[in-house]
Amino acid sequence: MSIKVYVPRDSAALAVGADEVAEAIGQQATARGIAIDLVRNSSRGLLWLEPLVEVAVGGKRLAYGPVTPEAVESLFEAGFLTGKAHPLAVGPIEAHAYLKNQERLTFVRAGITDPLSLEDYQAHGGFVGLRAALVLSPADIVQQILDSGLRGRGGAGFPAGIKWKTVLQTNADQKYVVVNADEGDSGTFADRMVMEGDPFMLIEGMIIAGIAVGATRGYVYIRSEYPDAISIMEEAVRRATTGGFLGKNILGSGKTFDVVIRKAAGSYVCGEETALLESLEGKRGIVRAKPPLPAIVGLFGKPTVINNVLTLAAAPYILSHGPKAYADFGMGRSRGTLPFQLAGNIRHGGLVEKAFGVTARQLIEDFGGGTESGRPLRAVQIGGPLGAYLPDSLLDTPMDYEALAAKGGVLGHGGLVVFDDTVDMAEQARYAMEFCAIESCGKCTPCRIGSTRGEEVIQHIQTKPAEAGAHAKLLRDLCNTMVNGSLCAMGSMTPYPVLSALDHFPEDFNLTAETHKAA
Amino acid sequence: MNSMTAREAQAVEAALDRFQDEQGALLPLLHAVQDTLGYIPKQATPTIASAFNLSRAEVHGVITYYHHFRQTEPAQHKLALCQAEACQARGCRSLTEKAEAALGCNLGEHTKDNRWELEPVYCLGLCASGPAMELDGKLYARVTPERLESLIRKKELS
Repeated sequence: MSIKVYVPRDSAALAVGADEVAEAIGQQATARGIAIDLVRNSSRGLLWLEPLVEVAVGGKRLAYGPVTPEAVESLFEAGFLTGKAHPLAVGPIEAHAYLKNQERLTFVRAGITDPLSLEDYQAHGGFVGLRAALVLSPADIVQQILDSGLRGRGGAGFPAGIKWKTVLQTNADQKYVVVNADEGDSGTFADRMVMEGDPFMLIEGMIIAGIAVGATRGYVYIRSEYPDAISIMEEAVRRATTGGFLGKNILGSGKTFDVVIRKAAGSYVCGEETALLESLEGKRGIVRAKPPLPAIVGLFGKPTVINNVLTLAAAPYILSHGPKAYADFGMGRSRGTLPFQLAGNIRHGGLVEKAFGVTARQLIEDFGGGTESGRPLRAVQIGGPLGAYLPDSLLDTPMDYEALAAKGGVLGHGGLVVFDDTVDMAEQARYAMEFCAIESCGKCTPCRIGSTRGEEVIQHIQTKPAEAGAHAKLLRDLCNTMVNGSLCAMGSMTPYPVLSALDHFPEDFNLTAETHKAA
Repeated sequence: MNSMTAREAQAVEAALDRFQDEQGALLPLLHAVQDTLGYIPKQATPTIASAFNLSRAEVHGVITYYHHFRQTEPAQHKLALCQAEACQARGCRSLTEKAEAALGCNLGEHTKDNRWELEPVYCLGLCASGPAMELDGKLYARVTPERLESLIRKKELS
């Protein structure tokens, strides 16, 4: 029997040479006359170890990483195919503390399966949730989502069940399910990993949502910066259709659901749900005023469930294990787990799925191993470009929507970007305004103009220390206008990184204790 | 107004055949044209507008709104460097300076001979292994200045 060797096909592995490693392994095996079965699996999410090569030995998966093409020959020489020692040996991967200490409900198959294998997917719990949903009434499915406490994972944290219920109760000849896969936040990659690593889970979640609300067509809007995710999702839709999970008469149930993959075109604002709907309709991605809610007047004017990738990816677990099993994780009003993403200047960056309530410090220190540079941590930006910068003193805050908001933070999509003490926080604040100026859709004046003026004011603070106090005051005033005068999070939340940097790191803004207080 | 070249007209025609009847399919259509030609010809705007029953202004608005779409021919090689926070924390600013020096053009510009263009990109989803970049459609992560220079050199020789 041939030996199974796994080399991930996740783009975080490909970007550090996984294809070249796979090729080298194939060549070495052929040259040595060894029969191997090379599987291109998904990534486990231990991204500092990528490319992470695994070998199945005696029922265990033994890992080696990070493997370079040059190291492959020495791996063969050392006997890695039988699990022998090597400087790159990581050991039995499932026993690795990084994985063992997680609570993986959504990422349960990550790294284990071939993403495009329907057999693999079903052998590891796939489509159990769908089969359960097919024998329930739409109202019962919605009730399960409500009972699970699942909240939208895109950032706003709106209860998913209420969205679904609204769509279910709105009468229309056509309804839609739209997946927001426009994961534009820097520091986040969980949506990408779902689409590249477990695409059938997302498709299953979409079908469940479709059955629950009476929608027969779903769209996945994927950012153009994710070409691998797009091609894997397209192939997964083809295979799911051939397998009878999509199309007419799903698994003999008489239900219909189709999925269309749509490629975005590089606009950050299209991650906002109403801008995304405009874009899907073929227009400029400009934010709509709400109401009407998309659940009532959504895509092409029809009732639409629009959810983030992770929200829909949680549905199969809830349906297969029951809402209580999901709600048993978490704290307060944040139920279940969140796949956190450790990014930036961090030693052990990657994906850590934990129940809500874990602290940022536990994530960064216990899992992440501190900064990669070895220098002291200075700031952590949580929740993407529109999230606040938190200083070390706030890192013991539990990761929960409400607890973080009480400290002026935002959980967003669960990305944590770590900066060491070389960071210039005034420069980070300036960048936040610059990014808003680049990406603003232009609809609201405070966002369109305010971002440019904001960048100028911060530049004044940076270059004219004597006037820093007065300009800091002006900056606060401007931020106040942006917060209150913008329709969506682009304009109303850009002040989060700006003001948190100013509040926690005034010394970087040429402010003394006195001028800071006055500002 | 100049008309499209035969090659351009053919690409637009093929894309229209595929997407004209699909609801809201202006973006897929524009992607198809750009994937074939490398850009969306300015002269295609009236053709697309009439096929979609839109005004030329609407089509022009969509093409120019999205960063991904372009109306000029791309350079021979495209280097997109991530400029977002996670890569900033891992040294993308100094890497960008290196790239600008190596190519002799600034971020957001192309070289005089149009062999290279250097573009900012805001997140490639490789945030745990920055600095990240895309070179001629291939992703690279944990990019050191040495690696960047050797990749550029390889492309120059090819």
